[in-house]
Parts: sequence; C-alpha cells; structure tokens
Amino acid sequence: MKYVDEFRDGEVARGLARAIAAEARPERRYHFMEFCGGHTHAISRYGIEDLLPENVRMIHGPGCPVCVLPIGRIDAAIHLARQPGVILCSYGDMLRVPGSKRTSLLKAKAEGCDIRMVYSTADALRIAQDEPGRQVVFFAIGFETTTPPTAVAIRQARALGLGNFSVFCNHVLTPSAIANILDSPEVRELGLVPLEGFIGPAHVSTVIGSRPYEYFAEEYRRPVVIAGFEPLDVMQAILMLVRQVNQGRHEVENEFSRAVTRDGNHKAQALVAEIFELRRSFEWRGLGVVPYSALRIKNEWAEFDAERRFAVPADSPPDNKACECGAILRGVKKPADCKLFGTACTPETPMGSCMVSAEGACAAHWTYGRFRSKR
Amino acid sequence: MQQLVEELFLAAFDNDFLRQRNDQACLAMPAGRVVMSTDGYVISPLFFPGGDIGSLAVHGTINDVAMAGARPVALSAAFVIEEGLPLADLRRIVESMAAASREAGVPIVTGDTKVVEKGKGDGVFITTTGIGVVPEGVTISGDRARPGDAILISGTMGDHGVAVMSKRENLSFQTDLLSDSAALHGLVAAMVEAVRDLHCLRDPTRGGLASTLNELAVQSGVGMMIREAAIPVRDSVRGACELLGLDPLYVANEGKLIAICAAQDAPRLLAVMRAHPLGRDAAMIGAVVEDPHHFVQMETAFGGTRIVDWLAGEQLPRIC
Repeated sequence: MKYVDEFRDGEVARGLARAIAAEARPERRYHFMEFCGGHTHAISRYGIEDLLPENVRMIHGPGCPVCVLPIGRIDAAIHLARQPGVILCSYGDMLRVPGSKRTSLLKAKAEGCDIRMVYSTADALRIAQDEPGRQVVFFAIGFETTTPPTAVAIRQARALGLGNFSVFCNHVLTPSAIANILDSPEVRELGLVPLEGFIGPAHVSTVIGSRPYEYFAEEYRRPVVIAGFEPLDVMQAILMLVRQVNQGRHEVENEFSRAVTRDGNHKAQALVAEIFELRRSFEWRGLGVVPYSALRIKNEWAEFDAERRFAVPADSPPDNKACECGAILRGVKKPADCKLFGTACTPETPMGSCMVSAEGACAAHWTYGRFRSKR
Repeated sequence: MQQLVEELFLAAFDNDFLRQRNDQACLAMPAGRVVMSTDGYVISPLFFPGGDIGSLAVHGTINDVAMAGARPVALSAAFVIEEGLPLADLRRIVESMAAASREAGVPIVTGDTKVVEKGKGDGVFITTTGIGVVPEGVTISGDRARPGDAILISGTMGDHGVAVMSKRENLSFQTDLLSDSAALHGLVAAMVEAVRDLHCLRDPTRGGLASTLNELAVQSGVGMMIREAAIPVRDSVRGACELLGLDPLYVANEGKLIAICAAQDAPRLLAVMRAHPLGRDAAMIGAVVEDPHHFVQMETAFGGTRIVDWLAGEQLPRIC
C-alpha cells in the first residue's frame, strides 16, 4: 500500500537497528519515553523492542487519551447518558473504559441508555440534526489532535441553530503532562525513573508544532525527537535520541518533518482559542490534579457546554487500590509489576484504563509482548 | 401468515421435502458419520456488498458442516421477523437464500417462521441448521494440530468484515470490495480427496484469523508461529483497516478456511486449494509449534515478533 509500506520496510528497519546497536555505547543505558499511545502501539505491534539492543529501553508514557481520563469523568459521562432523552455520542475506545462500581458506557448501553459510537464530531452533529427532539451530547476526549474537530462542531452547531447539541469537554494538553512527569519527584529528585529523552507526539505536533517542546529541552535538559506513528519513524527517532545523548545535546529535533512544522497549524490553533479556554485544573488518571492541563468551553459558547446544560456530578472516586495504572502512566512501574495484570485485569475484564485502549501500556503489553515476560 | 409461508418461502425453497407439507423432513442418509451444526444470523445491515443475511445464513452453516470434512446434505431455516420489515426486503432475502442453497446443491428441507412485535427484533434473525456426512477415513478436529504441522489459509483475510462495515449507517465509506461469503464444501471435498489425513479445518468468521488460530491452539494444546508477510490481505482491506484503526487479522471472513496438516502433505494440499476457484489465493502462513502457553505468535513483516491474541469483545477503533 503506497505511502504506508515505505514506512514499514523490514529491510530498512534492520539497517536502522544495526545503526542503533553500533552507536549505543555498551557501557551505558538509554531510557527513552514515548509520550504517545500511538507510538506505544507501533512499538508493540511491530515488535520494535526485539530490534533494539538490550541497553536501549522504551518507557511508555501517559499519552493515551482514553487512559488518562479519571473514573469520575467516566461516571459523569454515564450519568449524562442516563438522563432522559439524551443520546451520548462517544469515540469507540471510550466505551469499555471502566467507571466506578464496574460500570462502563458499554454496560450503560446494554441497560438501555442511548449511546452511539461515532467516528467524528460530524457524525454527532448529524445525529443532533436527525433527532431534534433529543439532547445529543458529544463526549469529547483527547489531546490537541481531537480538539480542533470539537471546536468545528461547536461552531457548526451554532451556525445550524442546533439547540439540542452540547459537548462534554475533556480535552487535555500534552505539554502540561510532559512537564508534570519531568517535575515529578520520581524523575527529578529520586531518580526512580531514568529518563534520557522523549519521543515527541506525532499528530499532536501537527497541530501545536515543535516549538512548545523547546522549553522542555532547554529547561529539563532532555532531548525531544518528534516522530511519526509508523514503525520506521520510531526507529529513526530512537537513533536520533541515541546520537543526541552521546553528543551531550538536548535539542528538539523533528523526524516527522513530512507533517510537523515548528509553528504547527495556525488555523487549528485559532479555532481552539476561539472556543476553548484553560481550566484552572483537571484531574488526570495517574498524574493526579494537574494545573492548567485541560480545556473548557468559553462563556461565549456556554450554551454548548454539557457541564452547564446538565447537572454533571464532580465526584472523583479513587482507582482500585491494587491498580497500578497511575504509576504505569508515570513510567514508574511496568505493566507486569501490577498485581492485577493478567489475573484480575485483562482486556476481557479491564480494571484499569491502561488495559482498555489498544494504546494503553497494559493492553499493548498483554496483546503483543507478554510472552517476553513468560520466557 | 399461511399465505406468506406458501407464497414466499415454499415457492422460493421449493423441493420434494417441502412439497410433502409435513412438520419435519424425512431424509435417507448415506452411510457414514453424521455431523450437525447450527448458527444464528443477526447481521446489520441486512444487505451488504457481495451478499445479504440470507446467503450468509446458507453459506455459514454449510461451512460449519464442511469444516468437519463433511458433505452437507440438508439445511433447516428458522426466521424471526420483526413486524414492519418491508415485504420486498424479506422477499429479496428469501430469494437470495434459495439461490445460495440451489447453487450449493444443499436443499432447505424444513423451516419455521415467527413474527415479533416492532422493536423486539432487528429486521430479521435467521437460524439455520445443517447436517452432513463425513467420508470414510476422514477425522478432522480442532484438537489434532501437532507441533511441526503446516498452517494454510484459503485466501485473502478480512474481505467480509470490511465490506459489511463499509455499509454501516454511522460509517459508510466508498469501496468496491465485496464480501467473500461463499459455500466452501466443494473446496473442502477437493482437499480431503487429496489429503485424507487433514488434521484441522475451521472457517475464520467472527474474530477473524487471529481468534480462530487461538481457538485451535488451545484446543490442540499447542502454539503457533505465523508469518505476517505470508498472509494475503487485499490493499482495499488494509486501507480501510488503516483508516479505521482496525487489524485485518481480527476482521471476519465468510468464505475462507484455515487448514492444518502434516508438513509433508502441505505442498499437495496447497496445490489443490490453489486449483479451486475459492482457493486461488491460498497460502501457507506458518507452522504449529510446541508452547505450553498456547500462544499464537507472528513474525512481523517489520522483523519483530508479537503475540496475535484473542479478540476481547468487539474490535473498537482507536481514536488517534
């Protein structure tokens, strides 16, 4: 398949693997975090860890939009779905994420709630047009990639005069999450999580550009290489990170230059700025309450804000005590370190969010990598 | 109702058994072991490129019978129809079923029809049951895969699932792809003729190749190692799966089979499969191995190895 196969060529991969092995110094170890779930997925699906030398290790970061949403927000979405007359529209991989008391959107749907899986905000708008007598709530989640489409939907809803459309906004910001990890005592003081560099987001960076990462490279003295989601992108980025570490550099480099510029997509940024503003704080699963790490709908667009249209509970029930999703999302623990992994928590019956999405560190390790730990 | 049964079902499925107007069909069975299989069909949408719920209900059950190496003899069909289903749709489905059954040479010899209130069904549900006879000397079973055996598939993976998805209401995308829905008993007959000692046959329907290989691995108490590069997948299927965030190995097929046989029989089996119109793209995709964990593993085209796992629930698309 054109424009896809070129980025999955096994021959090129072996060449890159040889280069990484040749340049990684045997006397030291390299620990890189891939922030995005998309990278985690690529690493697992293509077996990239098999191609890396033993002293180059990847740490899975928190960049899975499904995984970072706290239980309270899932409960709130289920609460919205249970309101009479409401149709809740959600992206597919949100449906199985467990809320508190073993509920999920999928279970709520089975109980009779009208929950529809959509592929885009346009689908949700169409449903609102087709069902004028119902309240259509779009469960908006995701990082900077999925935010502009939500902004477009809100603008279109006003243009179309759709009084029955609203958005339950859970959009979160990548730079604040990266800063939170770098500021965490585990990384900064205790050295529990050795972290020599980042693979920077692919799709997120097409929107925000590479400029926001310059601060991290400078302030925290860690190299960042922005990479695409194809396996060769990831391999190339790892090689670039090894080189930066070897040369003592800490710069932002852009491997994904076919899609990412330094300044990003101005149009998308302007759209987001028109509709959204920063939340003072937002709870992340794993990272806790992070200041200015998420967006909410501006007052001027309040009529489309589901949190103002409906009474949305603001509880924050804790995760299962034994669930290590938090530590795993921060890179402190690995999936196999969790007592629940593979016993109480499997993709069939996920307890924690990391087991739900194919991008989650636990699901990826379960699906593609667990034979490594059994050997 | 009587009129519906007479005018639509009996006219379309017409054969000697139905003409007798009994509550059951009385069949003279050829000698040999009898196999029997049943399946309920609840697909949405009812019509999809390359087939519909009717042809699927015929092909699917014929295939389940054929996967024992059996020659299918007869089918039964039970319909649960939701009030309000357009008669034209029902007619189209029944006629498509009749055509599929005639083409396969397997008559529908008995049946039942029920109508439920609007809202209590999804258009129409069809349950078909099939019986067949296994030829002498053939013992095909999911527990017979042994380390060293070869794993073959009869063609491209994922065509049916992607064709159906392309017509889902909330998805609809343009593709010229057709479902692979087909009755495989002719192909199976040629295969058991060539290799009497076939070990396993199974059609990778729901859950796709990945889930079916896992079933066989667990049933036989073995592991499997397959090669991604050897698995035929159409570009249009790969493209749709890329776009939707799905994995073609988990997408359903309705006209393909997996065969496992001793390594020395594999080249002969592959040649016979490729000579049959429904096995043109057949391929040898890997081998059965010893593995106490019963993992199905795959050498990726990229050069790594990964587990090809069971599908948990529905395959849900990834968001980014």
